[in-house]
Amino acid sequence: MSSDIHALSGAYAVDALDDIERAQFERHLADCPSCTSEVASLRETSALLAETTIGTPSAGLRDRVLADIASVRPLPPVVEPAPEPHRRRRVVTLLAAAAAVVAIGTGGIVWQQLSDDRPPDQFVALQTASDVRTFTVPVGDGGSATVYVSKKLNEAGIETNGMPRAPSGSQYVLWLQHGSMMTQAGTMPDGSDNKVLFSGDAASADGAAVSVEDAGTVPSQPSDDVVAVFSFDA
Amino acid sequence: MSQLRPVAGDDPAGGASSGPDLAALLRSCGKGDQEAFAQLYDATSSRVVGLAVRVVRDPAQAEEVAQEAFLDIWRTSGRFDPAKGSPLGWLLTIVHRKAVDRVRSAEASTRRDTSYHQQNQPVEHDSTAEAGVASLEAGRVRSALQSLTAVQREAVELAYFGGYTHTEVATMLELPVGTAKTRIRDGLIRLRDTMGVAT
Repeated sequence: MSSDIHALSGAYAVDALDDIERAQFERHLADCPSCTSEVASLRETSALLAETTIGTPSAGLRDRVLADIASVRPLPPVVEPAPEPHRRRRVVTLLAAAAAVVAIGTGGIVWQQLSDDRPPDQFVALQTASDVRTFTVPVGDGGSATVYVSKKLNEAGIETNGMPRAPSGSQYVLWLQHGSMMTQAGTMPDGSDNKVLFSGDAASADGAAVSVEDAGTVPSQPSDDVVAVFSFDA
Repeated sequence: MSQLRPVAGDDPAGGASSGPDLAALLRSCGKGDQEAFAQLYDATSSRVVGLAVRVVRDPAQAEEVAQEAFLDIWRTSGRFDPAKGSPLGWLLTIVHRKAVDRVRSAEASTRRDTSYHQQNQPVEHDSTAEAGVASLEAGRVRSALQSLTAVQREAVELAYFGGYTHTEVATMLELPVGTAKTRIRDGLIRLRDTMGVAT
């Protein structure tokens, strides 16, 4: 796959990859400046194709769009380097809301459960939101991971059942995808059954993923070891 | 409204060569300027709706896609980076993705069901998007498309306008598995070079 993956740049630029391929290619993009610049130029090119498709918006569309935006605050710009890890690691478990520290893997890395600003019933609120959507994928041998998303609440959360432990010295890290950007959205506590809310902007996310990372690290991009991918488009 | 439509011109990376400065409008939108967004809408809505209709087919659904896309454009306007591409390219990428998501989730049965189309035809809507506008740019794009091989052209059009995945395109064009992606890439590269798109 890796020798061939550059060839996906054109299909990626015109959204002609399936969800799995797209996730793979986006991981590749993070490490491949030549593909990144090729995709940018091919996207510019594909946008020119739209020159041949001028349409006539209905009279009401303008009013609806302008009404929509009046109640929505634009997202802040992406500030680089990525925001400080402390804020990004807002991890909450319902089951362990009281637990102040969790040991991860054999490395013994410890971090705080930053549950202060999220009441424990928030996961339930998410699961029962009127617009909640759920996406379940199998993980490991007979385990499953389910992601809940609510645009209204701007929350996403993951519930795992029978998820295998992360390999020794590593941890599961959560990601939200916005377009071609993967943003770290917290880490999974140890244990096979968890409920964790994603941090970050869930309402506009296109998908989510869980990757295996070295324990205690806060990578800006997921590693190649992605154990679950959730596309919110389905 | 059409007289406000900017022409992409010969400098796609630099934005519109006539009409409002879309990059400046996006910057203002990022700060919450609704008036700037109204100008952005007026300058781009015919393209946005045209692309959505071309991909989604059903005009009512295409308008929903356009509406969702504009909301996303507003939300993410502060994240537009002129160093990474033109404002119009950025904006149409969002629209295209939304349109493709819509047809994939609705599955092919819905979008090509003509009775569905007839039931959902909004009265005031002009659905003849594909008739297009005889702009210089459109003519330039059409002639550039003629420089592709027939297979490249078909593969690019099925992927971009049809919203098909490259594996679906391979099946539709009876290409060996894995070769449609190469045709799409080769076709886009040739188009890019023919059109002189800045990289």
